[in-house]
Amino acid sequence: MKIKDVPQDDDGFLQEGKVRDLCYAIDEDGNYKQVLSIGWNPKNEAMKLALQLVDEQVENTKQAVIEGKLSPLAYYMEKNMMDVKLLSQYTGIPKRKIRKHLNPNVFFKLKPSLIEQYAKIFNLSIQDLLNIESVKISKPFNEE
Amino acid sequence: MKINLQHKQAAHCENGVTSNLLHFYNIPLSEPMVFGIGAGLFFSHMPFIKLNFIPVTSFRPLPGFIFKRVTRRLGIKTKRFKYSNPQQAMNEMDLLLEKGIPVGMLVGVFYLSYFPQEFRFHFNAHNLVVFGKENNTYFISDPVMENVETLTYDELAKVRFAKGTYPPKGRMYYISEVPEKIDLKGAIVKGIKQASKDMLTIPIPMFGVKGIRFMAKRLKRWPEKLGEKKAALYLGQVIRMLEEIGTGGAGFRFIYAAFLQEAAGVLEQPWLLEVSKEMTIVGDKWREFAYLAARTFKKRGTETATYEQLSELLMIIANQEEEIFKKLKKISL
Repeated sequence: MKIKDVPQDDDGFLQEGKVRDLCYAIDEDGNYKQVLSIGWNPKNEAMKLALQLVDEQVENTKQAVIEGKLSPLAYYMEKNMMDVKLLSQYTGIPKRKIRKHLNPNVFFKLKPSLIEQYAKIFNLSIQDLLNIESVKISKPFNEE
Repeated sequence: MKINLQHKQAAHCENGVTSNLLHFYNIPLSEPMVFGIGAGLFFSHMPFIKLNFIPVTSFRPLPGFIFKRVTRRLGIKTKRFKYSNPQQAMNEMDLLLEKGIPVGMLVGVFYLSYFPQEFRFHFNAHNLVVFGKENNTYFISDPVMENVETLTYDELAKVRFAKGTYPPKGRMYYISEVPEKIDLKGAIVKGIKQASKDMLTIPIPMFGVKGIRFMAKRLKRWPEKLGEKKAALYLGQVIRMLEEIGTGGAGFRFIYAAFLQEAAGVLEQPWLLEVSKEMTIVGDKWREFAYLAARTFKKRGTETATYEQLSELLMIIANQEEEIFKKLKKISL
């Protein structure tokens, strides 16, 4: 790749002065040099595809939470790209119990200490975790 | 307290950490040099190991290998640790920092607060250096970032003990002893030999040049086997692994080409310049692959013929890389 061919396709993922891709490309004399890139379309598309998939799953779960079929825990688990196994590893709460907590009837009656454990992992306040309104206004990753 | 470590950005995190630590001990090796000596160029496609429910395709050796190989090949002594207790992991790191020793470590990126939100997936093989502490804040040299970043005690403990696939378990490492003279030429030759061996002779079809062909054959059948949507997703994941921050297919070929260029000078073996050019050509082919793949998955694979094309392109790449490493294998001082 020549220096002039280093892509600079800005799609809002990278940020100048903060994080850009460092590439190696050849100059006029064929010598390798470092060049910073703000992005490349194929990579940006791959990123969007991955985020789109997360958003689809999160959106489904969001509806189920609003309809009262699942607890907000299910929503934040999806939103944080976790499954029951990973959430269990992070919280130390057994998988079997987490599955029960996905049920809103069980979840809203949990001890504050358990709610706090979950809230900490999701970087939320206890109030936000318990409030379905916060789920409703939460935004997808691919905000276009 | 801040150790006088110079933060320099790199294309790949482990190269960057290794290069920055070596610079601190007055061994000024560039990123491509580290990458070449550490034999960082690799390929593996492992359909049965899944990350976020998608097969793992990797363009690098296991995390930690580059640092380990480079230091070993230069006769540099290192210490490495792994913990079960976060508090102990943090305390022992603090003690090292107080002694003026910069500490390299593995972290997960999901809770890495300074990372752009979109890059924060559950990926646990990221490397950075901690090189100072003031009150409750640590100074971080993260090779993918343009500038020095900071993390609080809690933030750092959280990323060091990220969970999921390949949990880092507080793994940290540092340079403990540097020899008076290093054998750079010998190290370069060993690195090239190792990369050639890894790319050509591992007797399992998932690795090296064989791995590229293995993926090429499987990829051709993805649309019929998985359906268009899932095939598009698998393909998208390959491109993410290929070209995401800190990893890379084409990117890695260009770093390796830069390494061969530098090595040609150090070893006084001009034939390596020719191989470097060939490597640049393969890098451009990987870029073409990513470009074509992105067009394919963007349409969610409505033209299944392109999977055939992609597969053919990978076969060409595999052949060219085989040729390159057959030449490189013969290197000697």
